[in-house]
Amino acid sequence: MADNVIEVEKLAARFGSRTVFQDVTFEVRRGEVFVILGGSGCGKSTLLKLLIGLIPPAEGEARVLGNPLNRLHGRPRQQALARIGVMWQQGALLGSLNLMQNVAVPLEQHTKLPREAREAVARARLGLVGLGDAATRLPAEISGGMLKRAGIARAMALDPEILFLDEPSAGLDPITSAGLDDLITTLARETGTTFVVVTHELQSILAIGDRCIMLDKDAKGMIAEGNPRELRDNATHPKVRAFFRREVLEQKA
Amino acid sequence: MQGDEDQATADQGAVMESAEDTLRFSGPLGTAEAASLWPRAMEAARRGVRSIDARGVVSLSGTGAVLLAEVARHAGDAPIEPPGEHSAAETLKRMSDALAAAPAPPPPPRVGLVTRTGQLAIGTVKQCQTRVGFLGEVMLGWAGLLARPWRLRISELFRHLDEAGTRGFALCILLGTLIGVILAFQSAIPMRKFGAETFVPQLVGISLVRELGPLIAAIVLAGRTASAYAAELGTMKVNEEIDALSVMGIDPVAWLVLPRILAAGLVMPVLALVMDLTGLVGMGFVMQGLGIPPSMVMNSLQDWVSVGDLWGGLFKALIFGLTIGLIGCRSGLKTGGGPRAVGDAATSAVVGSLVAVVVLDGLFAIIFFRLGW
Repeated sequence: MADNVIEVEKLAARFGSRTVFQDVTFEVRRGEVFVILGGSGCGKSTLLKLLIGLIPPAEGEARVLGNPLNRLHGRPRQQALARIGVMWQQGALLGSLNLMQNVAVPLEQHTKLPREAREAVARARLGLVGLGDAATRLPAEISGGMLKRAGIARAMALDPEILFLDEPSAGLDPITSAGLDDLITTLARETGTTFVVVTHELQSILAIGDRCIMLDKDAKGMIAEGNPRELRDNATHPKVRAFFRREVLEQKA
Repeated sequence: MQGDEDQATADQGAVMESAEDTLRFSGPLGTAEAASLWPRAMEAARRGVRSIDARGVVSLSGTGAVLLAEVARHAGDAPIEPPGEHSAAETLKRMSDALAAAPAPPPPPRVGLVTRTGQLAIGTVKQCQTRVGFLGEVMLGWAGLLARPWRLRISELFRHLDEAGTRGFALCILLGTLIGVILAFQSAIPMRKFGAETFVPQLVGISLVRELGPLIAAIVLAGRTASAYAAELGTMKVNEEIDALSVMGIDPVAWLVLPRILAAGLVMPVLALVMDLTGLVGMGFVMQGLGIPPSMVMNSLQDWVSVGDLWGGLFKALIFGLTIGLIGCRSGLKTGGGPRAVGDAATSAVVGSLVAVVVLDGLFAIIFFRLGW
């Protein structure tokens, strides 16, 4: 389909002889917030790394904006990477640079903007995520929630068409987590950017997700695909039901 | 700008025209176009612009929106006619608001020479205080260990003996042999002019046993072990493992520092001895090549190098080892936050150890001279 920005076909990941998942097939549509969910150890982060080309698939193919990122090299790879942004679980900001300098790194690498322009764009990106007054602070001097916001600002520096977020809510208090969910939905609505979010935080999934897939460790693959709220209400697969109706699991435990 | 007309086209097709006192943008204004137009747009803004017309902009990236907002700011908050295209107008509003919420940070305050000197002096005094405090903590730890020796973590001690000692032997053998060879060659060349090459074994033997063996072994220990101690303890500090030990009622100094210092102190005389012996072997090979047989070399060494020289060198090595262990551990425990701090701690451990070893060596030289050794 023309408005699919990610197409994944029969993807498999293996570490040695251990299969993490296989036969994973889905597509992500332009402008939606797409959630990859599942329990711990089901391969969510591995799938993210496969999508952005950090590790090669054992089988199948993942095309991001038409490109199999793991097979691109040199300039085509650079150009393809400039069209996506990634926010890592812990922010992955460079510790020796302040927030403004961190956000300016991709601008320095991929554009010919002069230094003052890079700084202005970086400040604007920080302002967009509510960190306008923290531009000169070092990553070690800010909280976990601010680190994630700064990570989003850096990931958005080049106006990417797709933003990948790895566990944006992990380790955050409920209020900060809800604030981050608001930020994601606002950015998705206002900028039209496609978001691919890896998370197992149920509240976040229901708050931000337009569509989702669910991976399962035992099934070694996808066990559900669809709108998260519909899956919560209508899923028939016992594990999907258990995941979305957390209270049932707790009662059984 | 009055009466001035100018036009600039970005590589990808965005156009910037300045006519009268209006700066007019049209076409797609993406990141690449904004980068291309930025210098001329700012120059035009500084020359004087009363309004910015962006109605002709058909698409606008975040960077392009920042360009328009910055041009307006540099032109004294000149008004912007927003793009006709709805999403571009939205982008311009969003990025303008974001930029307004993130004003340029003020330049760092200028610090005068007097203030800087004062800060340096205060910092130095504080550093000395913490060093003395840490030394006191270690001494108390030793006292506690002497009272309850079974509290020493033997397995940890053996691990560090292995890491600091056994795994450093190969490097010491290599360096010792090379130092012996180099010293023998370098001293043989001038001494041959005086027909005194038979004195090379005495010269190299005394140099190695009294001075160079312990010193080079200390450099090896500082490079390998002090940095490893600092990095390991620094990472533990960053990961809050040190805090966790404290909260469990475990003294980090007794638990982590004493086994490391003891291991460094114990391995250093052994490393120095390895360095001495391999250096003498290397020197022996060179002497053989110069026509002086091993028996003659051995006789010269027995006549000139005393057991006192050897013990003096090994005692120095022991003190060097304890000092290097102490400095490595202190650097690790004083680590700040983040990966950069761990790197700083490792650097500080190596530099501090090398300086301390050279200073101590100088003190030993004076003491040995006074004692007539």
